[in-house]
Amino acid sequence: MHTLKQQWFGNVRADILAGIVVGLALIPEALAFAFILGVDPRVALYASFTMAVITSFVGGRPGLISSATGAMALVLVSLMAAHGLQYVLIATILTGVIQFILGIFGVANLMRFIPNSVMLGFLNALGIMIFMTQMPYLIGGSVMTYLFAGVTLILIYLIPRFIKVIPAPLIAIVVMTSIALISGVNLQTVGDLGTMPNTLPTFLFPDIPLNLETLKIILPYSLALSIVGLLESLLTTQVLDDMTDTPSNKHRESRGQGIANIVTGFFGGMAGCALIGQSIINIKSGGRGRLSTFTSGVFLMFLIIVLGDVVINIPMPVLVGVMVMVSFTTFNWSSFKFMVQAPRSETLVMVITVAIILYTQNLAIGVVVGVILSALFFVGKISRVTVTHENGEYRVKGPLFFASTTKFMKSFEDVKEGKITIDFENSQLWDESAVGAVLKLKQQLEEKGVKVHIQGLNSSSEQLYKQFT
Amino acid sequence: MKIAVAVDGSDNALRAAKHAILLAQYLPEAHLEIINVADHNKAKDEYLLAQSPESLVLKREQKLHPIRELAESVGVEIKITMLKGNPSQEIIKHVKEQSIDQLVIGSRGLNVFQEMVLGSVSHKVMKHAHCPVTIVK
Repeated sequence: MHTLKQQWFGNVRADILAGIVVGLALIPEALAFAFILGVDPRVALYASFTMAVITSFVGGRPGLISSATGAMALVLVSLMAAHGLQYVLIATILTGVIQFILGIFGVANLMRFIPNSVMLGFLNALGIMIFMTQMPYLIGGSVMTYLFAGVTLILIYLIPRFIKVIPAPLIAIVVMTSIALISGVNLQTVGDLGTMPNTLPTFLFPDIPLNLETLKIILPYSLALSIVGLLESLLTTQVLDDMTDTPSNKHRESRGQGIANIVTGFFGGMAGCALIGQSIINIKSGGRGRLSTFTSGVFLMFLIIVLGDVVINIPMPVLVGVMVMVSFTTFNWSSFKFMVQAPRSETLVMVITVAIILYTQNLAIGVVVGVILSALFFVGKISRVTVTHENGEYRVKGPLFFASTTKFMKSFEDVKEGKITIDFENSQLWDESAVGAVLKLKQQLEEKGVKVHIQGLNSSSEQLYKQFT
Repeated sequence: MKIAVAVDGSDNALRAAKHAILLAQYLPEAHLEIINVADHNKAKDEYLLAQSPESLVLKREQKLHPIRELAESVGVEIKITMLKGNPSQEIIKHVKEQSIDQLVIGSRGLNVFQEMVLGSVSHKVMKHAHCPVTIVK
């Protein structure tokens, strides 16, 4: 692990440049996330600023970019619609508290239990949901709406062939906004969403009664936000570990996400987490240290304060175009390859995860069900136990535990010999059920007059066996 | 003399590797290095399609198995270097740092449109590498 000084100042020039690129790349999406949630652009921009700056100090993965995200915005949509902004803010604070506590208890260790099929399902559903949120603005929109959204999308995909340094969505926004202003077309703009920030965020306690009623409303949202936020953040952390060949402290990152969300809520921002896309942009642009994350947040805020008056002129269809691009990149197109190559059970887990998320419109539920399902499939897979016999010698192969004892017992239903040996050399007794089954089998066979000899138990199986006999 | 071949697990790369191994056979004092770059643009997808970080490393190494076997079968000693980042940039950088004398690289044989969208690694390497480059079609 690098020293703190190295994490901050080991890569100054590249970190500052990458931070500026990421700051630019964060703006279009932050605006669009505010648009999804139906809040003032401020709520998302402040969140992106505080998430980036706070995690640069307290996060566990240098170079990770956290900000307002589409995943978190999607979880919050119904809370915002039903109860308003103050509840979104208090839910953000509670999310931070939950994440911090989960971080202390080492929740990051659980990431090992989330298989890639669930991750794929999560991201694919997220991509589809982001895409769907844009549909109301396109279906039945004017010709101009289609035109602006379409051209924006084309520009975003074409620009990187010619200009690589500045993020394409930002160039597209500048170009399309200029066209809109010059031609004077009448389109809804960011200004219609609400006011742009012209000051730094200020500390405010959400204006809300702090009682059980409030808790009941926000708790389900905060739990879902905690799961979604940690999942996306830890996933991104692992991708960055691989890209940079450096380790990171996942526990610290979990706690850091918590602290950042608490602060963000108090400063009037919506809940956030790590952004995969922007984090990868950061690494690709040469960002490695904490300074890159810090710079991205500060530069974003600087631009917004300076350019606030310009930003309000951005036509909404342009943001729709940006969001469609975000949904395309979030959706994992290699999933189709995965569906062909991976075992059928894993494909099933992915498809079910997507289906549940889309049906419930809740990312967290889909992930939880997906993990449970894949755990069950795993138990099913390893609970295969086979018994072969030859001249009264029965060889058991496969682990013996609560899920495999029935099959084990069945294999001995028609024993003909008067004396048998059961060989456990290729097996392992895992629990009480295993020992119970062996004893019961022995008893049953002996009642039928069959003499049973047990052999080949390894030392831990032997120990367990002796404990119960 | 230092010969290097940049490979990515494709058939074209295998052909390039074959050629590089042939060169190494005729130049017994030459050192042959196999370079593989894990593309940062594919990092997310690769990660999501692998079961765990360990299986990801295994998958990357498996790609080089045919080449390793080929070299062993003809008795050419190889050194394998795994890099990460933008493929063309990393190859060019590595060639310079290690003062490679001869680089061999496969060409995907893209058409004009594909090349515009995807960009050609071999083309970029050929233009910017500081050593003779052999492109194997």
